[in-house]
Amino acid sequence: MTKEMIDKIHNNPKYKELVGKRRKFAWQLTILILVVYYTFILLIAFSPETLGTKISPDGVATWGIPVGIAILLFAFALTGIYIKRANSEFDPLVEEVKKEIKDMK
Amino acid sequence: MILKRLLTLFMLFGFTALMAAGADLSSGTKAEELNVPAIVMFFIFVAGTLGITYWAAKRTKSAKDFYAAGGGITGVQNGTAIAGDYMSAASFLGITGMVYLKGYDGLIFSIGFLVGWPVILFMISEQLRNLGKYTFADVTSYRLKQKQVRILAALGSISVVILYLIAQMVGAGKLIEILFGLDYEFAVVLVGALMVAYVAFGGMLATTWVQIIKAVLLLTGTTFMVIMVMVHFNFDFNELFKQATEVHSKGAAIMSPGGLVSDPISAISLGIALMFGTAGLPHILMRFFTVSDSKEARKSVFVATGLIGYFYILTFIMGFGAIVLVLGAEGGTYLAADGHTLKGMNNMAAIWLAHAVGGDYFLGFISAVAFATILAVVSGLTLAGASAISHDLYANAFATGKVDEKKEMRVSKIATLIIGIAAIIFGIAFEKQNIAFVVALAFTIAASANFPVLFMSIFWKKLTTRGAVIGGYIGLISALVLVILGPVVWTQILGMGDPIVPYKFPAVFSVPIAFLAIWFFSITDNSDDAKRCIEEFDAQDIRCQTGIGADGAAEH
Repeated sequence: MTKEMIDKIHNNPKYKELVGKRRKFAWQLTILILVVYYTFILLIAFSPETLGTKISPDGVATWGIPVGIAILLFAFALTGIYIKRANSEFDPLVEEVKKEIKDMK
Repeated sequence: MILKRLLTLFMLFGFTALMAAGADLSSGTKAEELNVPAIVMFFIFVAGTLGITYWAAKRTKSAKDFYAAGGGITGVQNGTAIAGDYMSAASFLGITGMVYLKGYDGLIFSIGFLVGWPVILFMISEQLRNLGKYTFADVTSYRLKQKQVRILAALGSISVVILYLIAQMVGAGKLIEILFGLDYEFAVVLVGALMVAYVAFGGMLATTWVQIIKAVLLLTGTTFMVIMVMVHFNFDFNELFKQATEVHSKGAAIMSPGGLVSDPISAISLGIALMFGTAGLPHILMRFFTVSDSKEARKSVFVATGLIGYFYILTFIMGFGAIVLVLGAEGGTYLAADGHTLKGMNNMAAIWLAHAVGGDYFLGFISAVAFATILAVVSGLTLAGASAISHDLYANAFATGKVDEKKEMRVSKIATLIIGIAAIIFGIAFEKQNIAFVVALAFTIAASANFPVLFMSIFWKKLTTRGAVIGGYIGLISALVLVILGPVVWTQILGMGDPIVPYKFPAVFSVPIAFLAIWFFSITDNSDDAKRCIEEFDAQDIRCQTGIGADGAAEH
């Protein structure tokens, strides 16, 4: 790939849009999962009794169980959310960029 | 056909093995009772997978076939295979056993093992697919100096693979001894021989299908087990938890976080090791090269995360089910002579639960599944280790002149055999050793040596060869040193008194150290090579973002 070609691609508005949007989205989701996970971990480390609170006074189940299961489901849901946007928005953009690069040649 | 003859030999070997085990039993050696349904089911699995290996061997002609199954695996297949690669016996038996022993704490581990996956999807999987070919070192050495970076990556990969293999081999030997009544040494040799056969003859294609079959068997078996448990409690979770707290010696404490994660630094360190360690495991990263493009790579992570997450929910229910149905079984059927530990070991909770809900035949099925689980994981590891030797060390770092594919493949097969023999020797040598630290060490090395270099090579323009190499070695060495000075090796194994580093997973230190070193030795690098590395980033990034020039599926 020549220097000229690289500059052209870098200045292509579609390429800029693709890279900008995808990078932002990927970081947002990464930070989200990190925040959720480390909040959970720190809660366990500093205040284990919070998650040990009983859901109902006459049962034995604690809030920790639905919260834990919810984090597992949340992790899975995030992968689904990312893929949905990648397939519907990023992939078509990639195709457009590829097409324009082909025309450039 | 040499291949056919060799495979027949393996089958015969299997038969003789069973005979030998039978003979052992009749002559009254230490082996446990021979578990006939388990052996029959295991044998069906072995015969089936060897059949697949034979089929795969005929289709494995090029290096691309061998390393990446020709790039023709679909996203759903690959996702299932990743799940099969990741759900090791440690998570099946270990996490169920941990829930059985400690209740809620088991779930904390499961969550740590799962949350790395979304991060892999957002940051690593598509980038790997677009930039690499067979190993993650293809990506780290994309614009850096091949030789030095490949050697670093290969060392990181081989260390992780060998450590992981030791843990699996020792676990496998003990498990098979208890489940099938076979001798420990014999079991280790059997596992070693089978994994070499799958990998050397069938390459990635056979490995993938062994992992897919194993994942399906494991998920079916555990789903059935959970349904049987819940039938017992009329699908009332409150009833399950209530009875569990009544039976367990810790009582209601099993429902809340206990002593597993005691201080914030340990907690964060464990989190870093599990999360970023997953993103640095060579056998997992390698799987992303088996699909045709980045779209399928994404789909693989989605499927894998779903299956692994589902499986972890099942292990949680199994653990509680085991408290009531195994620990609380009438007459202490499943307990050892001391009246509180389980027969075999506490990790056997899932196995005895299978017996409690489904009798001898289901116990046999789950035992065979446990064995299949180990085989699938060690095969993936062996393939990753062999690839690091043949593709990174031989073909791209040390071979002089042009390496043709045939030669590279021959080297990979020899490497497979060497890793197999090494795994058998280590497996036997470590039989009586405390191997608890090896998995911690493998994850810490993956997080501290492999992951930082991979991540920076994808995202950081100013990374130079010097920065990557020095930073990578510092990560590797600090992981090693900190684990040796930690509680498991220093105190328990070496008996040197209080640990110098009080953390089992020192990733909280070693990962930032690696990143800092990579950063520092890159920005202070003014060599010509550094300028070239930085200049070439833009072209790399365009390929990474768009997949232009990426290696597609092989045409068959």
